[in-house]
Amino acid sequence: MAVLGAPLRTLRALLRELRHAAGRHYRDSPAYRHVLAAFRAHRVTSEKLCRAQQELHFQAATYLCLLRSVREHEALHREYHGKGERSPEEVAGLVGFRLPQQPGGKG
Amino acid sequence: MWRGCRRLLWVRCPPARLHRPPPAADGGGPAGPCGRRAYAPPGERKRFYQNVSISQGEGGFEINLDHRKLKTPQAKLFTVPSEALAIAVATEWDSQKDTIKFYTMHLTTLCNTALDNPTQRNKTQLIRAAVKFLETDTICYRVDEPPALAELQKNEWDPVVAWAEERYNVTIGSSTSILGPNIPASTKETFISHLASYNMWALQGIEFVITQLKSLILSMGLIDRHITVEKAVLLSRLEEEYQIRRWGNVEWAHDYDLCELRARTAAGTLFVHLCSESSTVKHKLLQD
Repeated sequence: MAVLGAPLRTLRALLRELRHAAGRHYRDSPAYRHVLAAFRAHRVTSEKLCRAQQELHFQAATYLCLLRSVREHEALHREYHGKGERSPEEVAGLVGFRLPQQPGGKG
Repeated sequence: MWRGCRRLLWVRCPPARLHRPPPAADGGGPAGPCGRRAYAPPGERKRFYQNVSISQGEGGFEINLDHRKLKTPQAKLFTVPSEALAIAVATEWDSQKDTIKFYTMHLTTLCNTALDNPTQRNKTQLIRAAVKFLETDTICYRVDEPPALAELQKNEWDPVVAWAEERYNVTIGSSTSILGPNIPASTKETFISHLASYNMWALQGIEFVITQLKSLILSMGLIDRHITVEKAVLLSRLEEEYQIRRWGNVEWAHDYDLCELRARTAAGTLFVHLCSESSTVKHKLLQD
């Protein structure tokens, strides 16, 4: 089985990610409620090694990885690849020039 | 990769077809109800909906953006068989702020692919494409030098190959030659019959994960919950990680690729698991 760690840790991290994703009313979002309900339902079993619990934990860890990496990917994209083109004034300023001002317009 | 071309197509013609023509998404358009006047460069849609909700129809679960139903790029109604998957897709749509970034919505992409099947492949063709990756499986190709990398590959990849061989009762092996390992036909048959037990949706997901990780064995390890997504991505990028540790990390390239690969692999794995599970809740009485 995969090395996953404590379910509580995964749950808390997942809920934190859902908070980032959802915004203001994150507690009412269907994802938040579904995750909490699923974890509560699988909490009490009579077996020591519960397969469904393991499956749920793995799914939760996968979803956490998805949300986290999407957020990090977007942040990296915004920082490094999202700037777009420079305006003509900025390009001129790169080499120390300024665009000429023509009060009457061009030509 | 056709998936990359599809993303370009999406940027030009928006995927979500609605019942009435979408509001103008040009930069500097009329202010929305909250006064949002963010400039969206042509090709990106602004978020035009406030609420995302789920409803159950005859075919399965549907997503509603405000009161309009979500549709696939080929204008079919967007229905998913599993409620958890519908909730995850709704969360994706809900987490878009200001502009809709389709390249971050991996689960939606996968559902659209499964619903539309744009490459028109049937189950046998999908399975064949997936098993074809076994011949060029990443973790079967080893290097001779540098010895540190060869050692690392042996330590990290051998256990996974051994696990796969034991789990599926096949021989795979590894090789350092350019032709790769010699995979016997019985191995391929075993994998073909194993993959045939998944339904069409799950197969689309499996094929997606295999294409991302470039390895059939790592994907099966993920599907069988033997390794986590982070570990699978690490094993798939083992040589890159080795070079990063040697020469340094470039954030805007290495971390960018790492996050993207993790996101896609996690989405594919989650998609497969949500499409191929059925959960029942049995309430047991407490006995003391």
